[in-house]
Amino acid sequence: MRYVLKKTGVLVVTLLLISLLAFLAFQIVPGDPTTKLLGNDYTPERAAALRHAMGLDRNVLVRYWDWLTGFVTGDMGDSYSYGMSVEKVMEGKGAVTAGLSLMAWLLVIAISIPLGITLARWQGGRLDRVFVAMNQVFMAIPPFFLGMLFTYVFGLVLKLFVPGGFVSWRESFWGFLGYLIFPALAIAIPKAAMVTKLLRSNILNEMDRDYVRTAYSRGNSRWGVIRGHVLRNAILPVVTFVAMTLADIVAGSIIVEQVFALPGLGRLLIASIGNRDYPVVQCIVVIIAFIVVFMNYLADVITQTIDPRIRLG
Amino acid sequence: MKLRHNKNFTAGAVITAFMLAVILVGMVWTPYDPNAMNGAAKMAGPSLSHPLGTDNFGRDIFSRVVEGAGATALIAGATVAIGLAAGLVIGGLTGYYGGWLDEIVMRLNDAVAAFPSILLALVLIALFGQGKYNIIIALGVLFVPSFARIVRTEVARQKSLDYVRSARLMGAGDMRVLFRHILPNIVPVLLPSVAIGFNNAVLAEASMSYLGVGVQPPDASLGRMLNEAQGYLLSAPWYALSTGAAIILLVLGFGLLSEGMGGGYGAG
Amino acid sequence: MALVEIRDLRVRFHSTGKEAVRGVDMTIEPGQRLGLVGESGSGKTVTAMALSGLLQRGSAALSGQVLFQGRDVLTCPREELRAIQGPGIGVVFQEPMTSLNPLIRVGCQVEEVLRLHTDLTADQRRERALEAMVQVGLPEPEVTYEKYPHQLSGGQRQRAVIASAMVIHPKLLICDEPTTALDVTVQIQILRLLKSISVRYGVAILLISHDLSVVRRLCESVAVMYRGRIVERGNTEDVFASPQDDYTRRLIAAIPTRKRHE
Repeated sequence: MRYVLKKTGVLVVTLLLISLLAFLAFQIVPGDPTTKLLGNDYTPERAAALRHAMGLDRNVLVRYWDWLTGFVTGDMGDSYSYGMSVEKVMEGKGAVTAGLSLMAWLLVIAISIPLGITLARWQGGRLDRVFVAMNQVFMAIPPFFLGMLFTYVFGLVLKLFVPGGFVSWRESFWGFLGYLIFPALAIAIPKAAMVTKLLRSNILNEMDRDYVRTAYSRGNSRWGVIRGHVLRNAILPVVTFVAMTLADIVAGSIIVEQVFALPGLGRLLIASIGNRDYPVVQCIVVIIAFIVVFMNYLADVITQTIDPRIRLG
Repeated sequence: MKLRHNKNFTAGAVITAFMLAVILVGMVWTPYDPNAMNGAAKMAGPSLSHPLGTDNFGRDIFSRVVEGAGATALIAGATVAIGLAAGLVIGGLTGYYGGWLDEIVMRLNDAVAAFPSILLALVLIALFGQGKYNIIIALGVLFVPSFARIVRTEVARQKSLDYVRSARLMGAGDMRVLFRHILPNIVPVLLPSVAIGFNNAVLAEASMSYLGVGVQPPDASLGRMLNEAQGYLLSAPWYALSTGAAIILLVLGFGLLSEGMGGGYGAG
Repeated sequence: MALVEIRDLRVRFHSTGKEAVRGVDMTIEPGQRLGLVGESGSGKTVTAMALSGLLQRGSAALSGQVLFQGRDVLTCPREELRAIQGPGIGVVFQEPMTSLNPLIRVGCQVEEVLRLHTDLTADQRRERALEAMVQVGLPEPEVTYEKYPHQLSGGQRQRAVIASAMVIHPKLLICDEPTTALDVTVQIQILRLLKSISVRYGVAILLISHDLSVVRRLCESVAVMYRGRIVERGNTEDVFASPQDDYTRRLIAAIPTRKRHE
C-alpha cells in the first residue's frame, strides 16, 4: 500500500513535469504564433495587441498554470488553423483512437496468451516449430505495411470491408467495430508475436525450476504442471509487458489511422504538425504522454500487487 | 539452444549481406535511373525488363527500391551512429565516475525510455521541422539514452575487474582506462543492441516518411515510397509489396543477427 | 514381494554422452530405510530420479528394469507412472528454498497430491493437510496453511515439503539430501521426523546423501555408490564397523571424528 502511494506520488509529479516540458517546448521553440495568425495583416502594433489579447505577454509559468487548469477542465485553448477550440477539433477523434488502441490491445492478449501457452505445452511440435521459424518475420513487419497488406487482400481483393468507408460509432456501433478490426489486427499482430515469444520462453524457462520437479513428483502431467504451477510464475513479467504495450499500441495507431483513413487523434496530430498548429499538437502529445505514463504506472502497481513475494514482503 | 542461435545468426548474416550488397551496388549502378520517368511504361507489372514493375510515372520500381533502401539504411545508420557515439561518451563517463550526474542522466533516461520513440520523434519534428537531416537528428537524440544506459551498466560492472585494476596500476589515466581498456571489452554486449537500434531506426524512419513528416520528395526512402504506393494498391500492388518486402528484409536480417548474438528483442 | 527392485539400471545422458549409472541392482523392502551414499557425480541422485520417474525420457537413455510393486516405471505408460508418483513414491528434494512454488499458498501445495489422486472433498483435503502439517511440526498449521513459501524459514519449508509428500502416506519416500541445505540443529530434527514417519506409517525411505553420518542416524541399511556402481552394501552398523571396499573406508575416514563417535 505504501508502495502504491509512493508510486502515485511519482506519477503525479511525472505528469506535471511532462505537461510543463511540453508546454515550454511549444512556447519557446516555434517562435511567435502571431506571425502565422496575422499573416499578411502583420504589423508590430497588431501583433502586440494580439499578444496581449492572447495573454502571451504574461509570465510563462502563469500561462502554463492557466493552460493546465484549462486542459484538466476540458478547455484546451484555440486551434490556429481550424478557427475553433482545440476540444472542438478533437471531438469524436479521441473515441476512434481509444477504440482502435483498446481493440488492438485486447487482440494482443487474446492471441498471444493462449498461443504462448499452447506452444509451450507442445514444445517442439509442428505448430511450435512453425512459430519459432516465422516469429522474427512477424516481429519485423511494420504495422502500417501490414495495414496496407490487409487493405489490399481483405479490402480490395476479397472485399470484406470498404477501405475508407469508416462509420462513426454514433451511426452504427457494430459497423464502427467491424471497420476497426483490420487496423487493430495490423497493430496487434507484430506485438502479439513479441508477447507470444516472451510468454512461451518464460514458461519453458520456468519448466527447469525445482518446484516443477516437485510438482511432477506428485503425479502431475505436463499440462497439469503448466496450468497449475508454471503459468502463474511465467505470466507475471508478461502482465507487466502487456500493460506497457498499450503505450506502443497507441503510438502504432497514430500511423495505422493514416493507412485506413480513420479520423482519429493520430491523423489530426499529423495534419497539425504539417499545419504547425501547435496548440493541437501540444494537447494530443500531452494526452498520449499521459496515457503512456499512466499505463506504465499501472503496470508497476499490478506487478506489485499480484506477486505475493512483493505484496507480503 | 546454441544451434538455434547459430541458425538465427547464419540466416541473419545471409539476409543482411544480401541487402547490403544490393544497396552498395545500387549506389554506383542501378538498372534504370530511379527518377527517370517513362510515359510509355506507366504502372507496368513485373516483367523481364522491369523485374518489380514500374510506378505511376513509369519509373523502374526495382531501381527505386534499391535507392530507397540505401537511403533508409543510411538514415538508420547515421541515427545509430549519433546515438551510439553520444551514448558511449555519456554512458562511459557516468558509469565510470557515478555520482549525481549519473543519477540525473539515468532518471532522464527512464523518463525518455518509457515513451514510444515514434511519439517523441514526432514532437521533435513538430518543433524543428521536417526533412532528412531533422529526422536523423531527432531519432539520433532519441537513441542516446538507451545506448547510454547499456554502456553505463557495463562500464560500471567492468571497472572493478582485475584487468582494469592492473591497467591502473601500470599508470594508465582515467580516460585511457575508460576508452582504451574498458570500451573494447563491452563491444560484444553492445552489438545486439546496435542491431536492434538499427531496426528501430529503420521502422521509425519508414513510419515518419510514410506519414509525410520525414524524408521529403524528391529524396527517396522506403517509407516515402510506401506512402506513394498506397494510392495505387489496386492497380499496382507490386509497388507496395516490393517496397514493404525491402523493409521487412532489412529489419529481419538485423533482428536475426541480434537474436543469434543472444540479444533478442527487448534487450535494447 | 520387494517394494522396489532395480535390475541392471543404466543411464546415459544424451547431452554429455556420459554413463552416469552403470549397472545398479538394488532392492527396497516395504518399510525399509535404505541410505544411498556417494560423492557428488556418483550416480546416486540419478538412480533415485530414475526410480521416481523424473528423468525426462528424452534427455537420457535408460536401460534395465526399475520395478515398483512389480511394475516397471521405465516402460509403463505415462498414466500408470503418474498414478505411482504421489501415492506410491513421494519425493523430498534437497533445496527447500526452491522446491516449493513461490506463488502458491503452502497449504494448497501440501494437499495437491490429494487433489490429484483421491476423491476427497476440499474440506477433507484441508483437514488432512492440516493433520500432516501438525505431524511434521509446522507451527500454527491454520496460519501456515495460508502462508506463501517465502514467509517460512528454511527448516519450515523443508517440513512443508515433507508434509506435501507424506500427506497421502506413500509406500516409499525418496529423500534427496533432505538436510544438506539446513543448519545442524534443524538437520537432526528433520532426520528424527523422517524416522518417526517411517516407523508410524510403515513408509520405506530411500535416503540419498553424501554424508555417512546422516545415513547412520536414519537408515538401518546402506549402499555405497562410486562412479555409477554400487561398491558395497549391508547393514549400516556392519558397514561402519568393518568396511570391505576401499572407497567406503575413505568415506568413513572423511567423517570428522567428533561426528563419527556421536
